[in-house]
Amino acid sequence: MKLDLHILGPLVALIALIILGALLNPAFLAPANITNVLARSAFIGIIAVGMTFVITAGGLDLSVGSMAAFLAGIAIIAMNAALPGVGENWGTILLGVGVAILGGVVAGLLNGLLITQARIEPFIVTLGTMGIFRSLTTWLADGGTLSLEYGLRTLYRPVYYGGIGWITWPIIAFALVAILGEWVMRHSRFGRHVEAIGSNDRVARYSAIDVNRVKLMTYVGLGLLVGIATVLYVPRLGSASGGTGILWELEAIAAVIIGGTALKGGRGRVWGTVVGVLILSMIDNILNLADLVSPYLNGAIQGVIIVLAVVLQREKRAADER
Amino acid sequence: MQRRSLMKATALALVLGSGMAVAQEAADDQITIGVSIPSATHGFMGGLNWHAQDTIERLGEVYPNVQFVLSTAGDAAKQVSDIEDMMATRDIDGLVVLPFESEPLTAPVAAVKEAGKFVTVVDRGLSQEGIEDLYVAGDNTAFGRVAGEYFRDNLEAGSKIVVLRGIPTTLDNERVEAFQAALEGSEVEILDMQHGNWNRDDAFAVMQDYLAKYPEIDAVWAADDDMAVGVLEAISAANRQDEMWVIGGAGMKEIVKRIMDGDKQLPVNVTYPPALISSAIEMTALHFVSGAPMVGRFIIGSQLITPENAEQFYFPDSPF
Repeated sequence: MKLDLHILGPLVALIALIILGALLNPAFLAPANITNVLARSAFIGIIAVGMTFVITAGGLDLSVGSMAAFLAGIAIIAMNAALPGVGENWGTILLGVGVAILGGVVAGLLNGLLITQARIEPFIVTLGTMGIFRSLTTWLADGGTLSLEYGLRTLYRPVYYGGIGWITWPIIAFALVAILGEWVMRHSRFGRHVEAIGSNDRVARYSAIDVNRVKLMTYVGLGLLVGIATVLYVPRLGSASGGTGILWELEAIAAVIIGGTALKGGRGRVWGTVVGVLILSMIDNILNLADLVSPYLNGAIQGVIIVLAVVLQREKRAADER
Repeated sequence: MQRRSLMKATALALVLGSGMAVAQEAADDQITIGVSIPSATHGFMGGLNWHAQDTIERLGEVYPNVQFVLSTAGDAAKQVSDIEDMMATRDIDGLVVLPFESEPLTAPVAAVKEAGKFVTVVDRGLSQEGIEDLYVAGDNTAFGRVAGEYFRDNLEAGSKIVVLRGIPTTLDNERVEAFQAALEGSEVEILDMQHGNWNRDDAFAVMQDYLAKYPEIDAVWAADDDMAVGVLEAISAANRQDEMWVIGGAGMKEIVKRIMDGDKQLPVNVTYPPALISSAIEMTALHFVSGAPMVGRFIIGSQLITPENAEQFYFPDSPF
């Protein structure tokens, strides 16, 4: 079997980062820190798995960060409203979970229908819904912060902080979503259709693939995953505001591209996305742990690593084609 | 199709024309004050927006002949357009502006002043002096100093603290420099200062990393109550509540409530009241309705909120 460095590139980068982190600060490999990094990655990670399908099918979704803020907002409002009637129990929390997930599906459906039925460019549609979800959240919060009632928070809190030993629930959810995503992309008919549409949407149509339906499903799936990410996010701080989820969309897209999925579509790699997400949150973590550079430059370091990761892949691809 | 849109345009022009005529007529005995502030992107600005709306509503009832035009902007360019629109279409007599950024707003606000309007600048100064009639601001240096003095007076020699900074701006620099100056000469060591961007989630991540990095932390200057919320959550997740206390800032109602209740983890808070916009709007209105002199500089001090005086800083209705 020939080892393909191009495919393994992101993984090599991740391992290099882990070694660098361990050398700079021994606390980096402590279980508590690993739990922190993985659990923090989970929101972006779960969203990025969905984003992999959207991008592979030749689409794009800029609205996911605002959507997460909006879903967190309506879930909190729903739970607070249900509190007097249902009481302080898991029933109320399940209601909030249902609102977030159902809301995610509806929001994804809205994006998908505007793109496939109204035939508007995904960039424009989701740029629009990005602004809509963001301002709706600020409006619902009256410019401030929506907070979950204290008793409900205490009850709901273990969903983020609890788990099996040091493997907390967000990490488990992220792993399950990633494994399922990888399976769907590699081994299901849907995954093959997504790749076919992304590489050539006309040929896919002539091959009797229901292109619009598959595209719509990628957006609905992403909405569902944003809903799941929100369900895990709300118990962390128990609040949502206009500042929640800012730039998540770009982090998710960056993770997908670092992982080796082509931005122009046609080639999706879910495990690569997972590696991309871990690279991004590890850079943040290492910069905080190590005092390498002035904190003013953190963004620049991240930018350099993102561009570098993609440049390495491009060179390899050019070599393949030669 | 074409004709219909032409008709629409004519109708629109008519409506606009009559609207302007009304505004012109009203201008004779009516005073119009424009208020331009940044939109509610984080907790503090949310509070400021609420106080602005609340004040406008209240003053509108007290002074029926004073009208207010409120606009909120997400960036400096939009704010410049807002102010130009106020001048062109609403014929304002006074302007209360909290500049999004100092540089880009200086020339447009100077133009308002040159047109003979009364100008009140709030919180962030313009980059040229002498443009505004009235300057109302919080005291960023005192904000850092009051917090720093509390750390100096309440920590033993050799104590270790960590600091969370806001979005990199002059305002943040002033606070942090004053904080460091207040600690000078004491034996308190600042282990680290990273940016939490006045954001709960960012502060949560930074604090988690501090906790992983430093086995001993005696106190945290979160410098903002939104950041304090994230910091507290990270500390309790690591189960280290008993080791350190946290000082936020700006007086968010949830935090003030906990100080009122005597929470050991949150001993005090430093004010930087979002209600400073109310002072500015009220003083500008007073300039027009009374003969009282309302020009100069009005600096609102940063006070220490303690369990004893917390009640007077508690606004349960405000979103912040």
